[in-house]
Amino acid sequence: MWRSCLRLRHAGRRLLNRPRAALTASAGREPNPLTPARAYAPPTERKRFYQNVSITQGEGGFEINLDHRKLKTPQAKLFTVPSEALAIAVATEWDSQQDTIKFYTMHLTTLCNTSLDNPTQRNKDQLIRAAVKFLDTDTLCYRVEEPATLVELQKNEWDPIIEWAEKRYDVEINSSTNIMGPSIPARTREVLISHLASYNMWALQGIEFVVTQLKSLVLTLALMDLRLTVEQAVLLSRLEEEYQIQKWGNIEWAHDYELQELRARTAAGTLFVHLCSESTTVKHKLLQQ
Amino acid sequence: TKAYRYFAQGYRAERVTSEKLCRAQHELHFQAATYLCLLRSIREHVALHQEFHGKGERSVEESAGLVGLKLPQQPGGKGWEP
Repeated sequence: MWRSCLRLRHAGRRLLNRPRAALTASAGREPNPLTPARAYAPPTERKRFYQNVSITQGEGGFEINLDHRKLKTPQAKLFTVPSEALAIAVATEWDSQQDTIKFYTMHLTTLCNTSLDNPTQRNKDQLIRAAVKFLDTDTLCYRVEEPATLVELQKNEWDPIIEWAEKRYDVEINSSTNIMGPSIPARTREVLISHLASYNMWALQGIEFVVTQLKSLVLTLALMDLRLTVEQAVLLSRLEEEYQIQKWGNIEWAHDYELQELRARTAAGTLFVHLCSESTTVKHKLLQQ
Repeated sequence: TKAYRYFAQGYRAERVTSEKLCRAQHELHFQAATYLCLLRSIREHVALHQEFHGKGERSVEESAGLVGLKLPQQPGGKGWEP
């Protein structure tokens, strides 16, 4: 719900500086119910109401404080993250807001809120199944038959990644050119399901987010295993679009906009997964003289 | 900033390592690169948004001004507003 609210606002693409809509600073995030006679009343824009952002360690994990007030999720739960690095990143997000708070730029905060609230009430199995289901419609598996240069490009760019995935996980992933899609053997599915089951709940939210953004499970796996950088993964995901852009030209306000947004979301998702599934141990060893 | 300090600490901790296959260094580098990508793309995204999108609707006053009318001034406030 939280993310869909953001998407609605973003898709509306309205700069929210209506004089009438700017009521008190303490107005909540719901649209003003008293705004009359308008089909769509944009919600009030929240100004930055805090000076300092700090991190404290509580019992469940790390919490964010905005000027002595604790940050809460949309469902009014206390905002706790398990990892300090993630808390630092979220605090930086809040800190980098100037004048007004642009929620659609705060991807890590959104991901944390989703993991804490779990608004769609999904458990681990459902998340894993949703991610593996994407394999049937994986971008890397759908090839075209013409034009020939695009076929070449797809073969050169996508085949190595598929081979890497096949070798790494010891599975079979076919690519297809027809509309029915690739036939993924059941063993592949099982192997990937058990691999994804090794991640914790938070990391799985992040993985599922990245899969939805890139429209490909194979690319997501490559990102998680550090085989690709975010820029490369986004490029591979948008391969056909980039091909068309090179051929027909770039439209800055559409193509670049989508590209930057995709990069931002994918980077946030990948960082989220890595920070949620890492564990650092520092062993101090003495020098052996 | 905190984020910078986090990465600086991480890099310093990894300089002295006895591992032969330095996976943690690779991971931290990847994290730093990912974070850089995140920050950069958010900045570009917001810049593109400001430049090209989001002018929004005109207010009622402005739309009336388009056709040369002016909204009436009501000192007592409009009846349906509290």
